[in-house]
Amino acid sequence: MTRLNLIELGYLVAALCFIAALKGLSSPRTARYGNLVGAAGMVLAVLITFAVPGMRRMPLIIGGLVLGAGGAVPAARMVKMTAIPQMVAMFNGVGGGAAALVSLAEFSRRSNHGGAGTTLAVLFSVLVGAVSFTGSAVTFAKLQELMTGRPVVVPGQRAVNLGLGAAILGLAVWALAAHSLVAVVLLTLAALAAGAFLVLPVGGADVPVVISLLNSFTGLAVAASGAVLRNTLLIVAGTLVGASGTLLTRLMSQAMGRPLLSIVFGAIGATSTAGSTEELQAGDRAVRRGTVEDIAVLLAYSRSVIVVPGYGLAVAQAQHTIRELADLLERRGVRVSYAIHPVAGRMPGHMNVLLAEANVPYEQLREMDDINPAFPTTDAVLVVGANDVVNPAARTSPGSPIYGMPILDVDAAQHIVFLKRSMRPGFAGIDNELLYDPKTTMLFGDAKDTLTALIAAVKAS
Amino acid sequence: MTETTLGLLTIFALSVVVGFEVISKVSSTLHTPLMSGANAIHGVILVGSMLVLGTATSGAQIALGFVAVVLATLNAVGGFVVTDRMLEMFKGRSPRGPRP
Repeated sequence: MTRLNLIELGYLVAALCFIAALKGLSSPRTARYGNLVGAAGMVLAVLITFAVPGMRRMPLIIGGLVLGAGGAVPAARMVKMTAIPQMVAMFNGVGGGAAALVSLAEFSRRSNHGGAGTTLAVLFSVLVGAVSFTGSAVTFAKLQELMTGRPVVVPGQRAVNLGLGAAILGLAVWALAAHSLVAVVLLTLAALAAGAFLVLPVGGADVPVVISLLNSFTGLAVAASGAVLRNTLLIVAGTLVGASGTLLTRLMSQAMGRPLLSIVFGAIGATSTAGSTEELQAGDRAVRRGTVEDIAVLLAYSRSVIVVPGYGLAVAQAQHTIRELADLLERRGVRVSYAIHPVAGRMPGHMNVLLAEANVPYEQLREMDDINPAFPTTDAVLVVGANDVVNPAARTSPGSPIYGMPILDVDAAQHIVFLKRSMRPGFAGIDNELLYDPKTTMLFGDAKDTLTALIAAVKAS
Repeated sequence: MTETTLGLLTIFALSVVVGFEVISKVSSTLHTPLMSGANAIHGVILVGSMLVLGTATSGAQIALGFVAVVLATLNAVGGFVVTDRMLEMFKGRSPRGPRP
């Protein structure tokens, strides 16, 4: 076999590793193994690439690898589990950026040589890669709370969108007709702007779906770069991620009960969203505040308690404390379970990761459809740092941004206790009627401190 | 493997089918790790970045290629490490077993 054949064969093995990795990742038993197989495929692919004939500048390549890995490993190791979604968004964005740069560089290297097909692939990869880059940057800013999580719509958004769309189309035609590098560079800039304008109008609660969507975008951009370079491994791996990412995005938006198109185009279509005005009135309305002792007695003498954990629990690092309280109640004969909303936390499955970190037993974690019928016969529900996922506005208020999202039927329980830092609305930025319900008691303060006080009070009661 | 456009299209079409098929049944518990793992896999653009940098013919291409290598390495290495950290949380926990 020639060296080129061996290289192709090695790339084929790497591609098979990636398929096995995705397969492994979709089952809890094999997930970790699957990830390692994927990483092995990546190492193999990189090593093989060093052997490609005509490769020069090895020191520079190795320098780039060291620099990237030196940044990535500490970042990925040290990031708090609560900040995982924005980390994923960032890694996705830089991947999209890399795909755009690769196509741009390759186009510049052999302009006038590639045919219309190659130019088309270049345009697609540059466009989608650049959109994914700035789109992910905006997602990162929203999740990191560097900017508001609410939909941001600039005045004349429609005109801006139309203008950008027309500019991109015009530049694409120019690039195709003249194989002009200038046109491709200008198109990159227009696509960067388009990526930001695409994500800015997306409301906070929908951001996870957008991360997943941009993830599949990057996959497709990588596949297009593969077509430009005539590299089968890039085409296979990029398309795999593009296809599975699209499916995953659909599964996620279904789990949230929100059609994908209304997430992406909701704010662009300028449908007015209720909520912001209600929030202003929130300070005036009375809520019932309880003491730690009252709540401790309520919990200790209940037969069944359901805990609804939310992002606030994770932010307060209170997942270990809630488990301690649950164990204490269980020892007193109280039946405790956790109701996990599909999008509790910042991403589907995020809350499972956080509670697993605190060694909460699997069988106490119950999914939404499974536990919703149990709420009417539950004595007390403890909502810790969650808000949007229990907001009845999702059922009753058609104008609300979260209308149609399936929620936990907490309002059916006998008593509801909210552990909240303040009356501030949840990530979606809308007020929650349930806080004013006569069955509801509020315990304000840091979740961890309040839970610690509750543990002491339950022990004393 | 063939390098004609038709060949590339065949590979593309088959990959779409495999991509859909391979994750068709997955519980919402694993959505986040799966997304993160897929995110790491498209870090394979690193291979393209290395090829571009290794065969560049101008200073601008070298600069673009070098930045691409750094960004793609961030994507690939960071992606796999962060996915592994998430999945670490799920491993080896017997129900009601001794808790560390």
